[in-house]
Amino acid sequence: MDNWLDSLLSQNKIFTADTLFMYWDGFVATVQLSVISLLVGLLLAVVLAVLRSTRKPILSWPIYLFCYVFRGTPLLIQLYIIYYGITYVDGIQETFWWEWFKNPFYPALLAFTLNTCAYTTEILYGAISETDHRELEAARAYGMSWWTSMHRVVLPGAIRRSLPAYANEVVLLLQSTSIASVITIIDITGAAQNTYSRHYAPFEAFIFAACLYLVITFTILYGFRRLESRLLAYTRPRQ
Amino acid sequence: MEVQSPQLSVSNIHKTFGDNEVLKGISFDAMSGEVITLIGSSGSGKSTLLRCINLLEIPTQGEVILRGEPVRFRMVRGERVPTSPQQVQNFRSRLAMVFQGFNLWSHMTVLENVIEAPVHVLGQPKKQAIEKAEALLDKVGLLQRKNYYPNHLSGGQQQRAAIARALAMDPEVLLFDEPTSALDPELVNEVLRVMRGLAEEGRTMILVTHEMDFARDVSNKVLFLHQGKIEEQGDPGKIFTNPDSERVRQFMAAQNR
Repeated sequence: MDNWLDSLLSQNKIFTADTLFMYWDGFVATVQLSVISLLVGLLLAVVLAVLRSTRKPILSWPIYLFCYVFRGTPLLIQLYIIYYGITYVDGIQETFWWEWFKNPFYPALLAFTLNTCAYTTEILYGAISETDHRELEAARAYGMSWWTSMHRVVLPGAIRRSLPAYANEVVLLLQSTSIASVITIIDITGAAQNTYSRHYAPFEAFIFAACLYLVITFTILYGFRRLESRLLAYTRPRQ
Repeated sequence: MEVQSPQLSVSNIHKTFGDNEVLKGISFDAMSGEVITLIGSSGSGKSTLLRCINLLEIPTQGEVILRGEPVRFRMVRGERVPTSPQQVQNFRSRLAMVFQGFNLWSHMTVLENVIEAPVHVLGQPKKQAIEKAEALLDKVGLLQRKNYYPNHLSGGQQQRAAIARALAMDPEVLLFDEPTSALDPELVNEVLRVMRGLAEEGRTMILVTHEMDFARDVSNKVLFLHQGKIEEQGDPGKIFTNPDSERVRQFMAAQNR
């Protein structure tokens, strides 16, 4: 086994330790971009979806507009606007924000966070709206305040019912982070591009990258399947 | 002799939906330990009256008074709203409701459903709430099913779980809104048996039902509603066998056919 691996590695000129380190760094960048933007986006989305469900126009309209704009425009355009646009904001280069935004990682993080936040808000808002009115009525009849019924009855149900759609959003965002490479971030796709241009080996470079994405996707889907089987047990026939 | 004051008093309740006046001035008192049954044909306003009592519907006019304490209202842009949401929440937590459609919280197990409001509305310690919930589930014959989700139970079991949920609040008045109407006929009796036990314990209950035999057996007082008004009220023996009102007579004749 070891001999086979050794001989394979010694024969190929592409996957040297150097290249593999670059892929590893790219893998870390992809995971960081995805995980941070998903977590922050999710937290924001819970807040926005709850505020939107209050049906108070002053709250729900701006949130609706935010979701509409971020879902209605390509992520790449959003990334360009944030990355290139921020440079032109008057005086930004003198503030501490510049320390962050001159590095392409943070503009990309911001774009991905806002984008996934918009989609997740829509998923959660939909699930909140579909709450069985009888459950809500029971919550009121038992003396729950708006907030108690929201965080004890409405949100736990809505979040559970959102899981399948949200798993989809997580996978889509993961794939979408590959466009971070166009603003010079070395993520998995960036590493693959570098490898390709150094060795002129498109199949090796990109298929290896594709395999890495597949591994992450598989892990995510497996995790969500476990989570769904636990949290959505109440919607299935009893085993 | 001490004059007993009513547990719950409803006075001159009106409820209008748009142009449709569903309740046209209804008043009655429920004394402690009394079982009051609301009967009448569909559309007579029985369920709306029950929903006005715990303010799931806000009465357009009239008072709801729990142990001498009236719910306070004020007018906002021509609409009547409760003055204090906290008062309404407190009021509702003292009147537990059992619904026609059970209305259990589907993502919670039976036990979690029963302890939910005691813990998160009344602020009881969880351990104490669980002990009490288990005793109540035992009483309604569901202790074996305490870790089941509502969807995994029959209708009769769900309704008994809902009754346990109501009892866990130690309510001053229990409200039942057609508790057996959504059940298959063979499941009705298991729920009525539990309710009969509660009536015999001396709980104050107001119920809307189509189970006439049950109403005759357990009620202290029957109110017959017709077109948003009390057509006749009184002792079940009289209303069911020898009513004064022609309308009630017709209703009873149709029931016995």
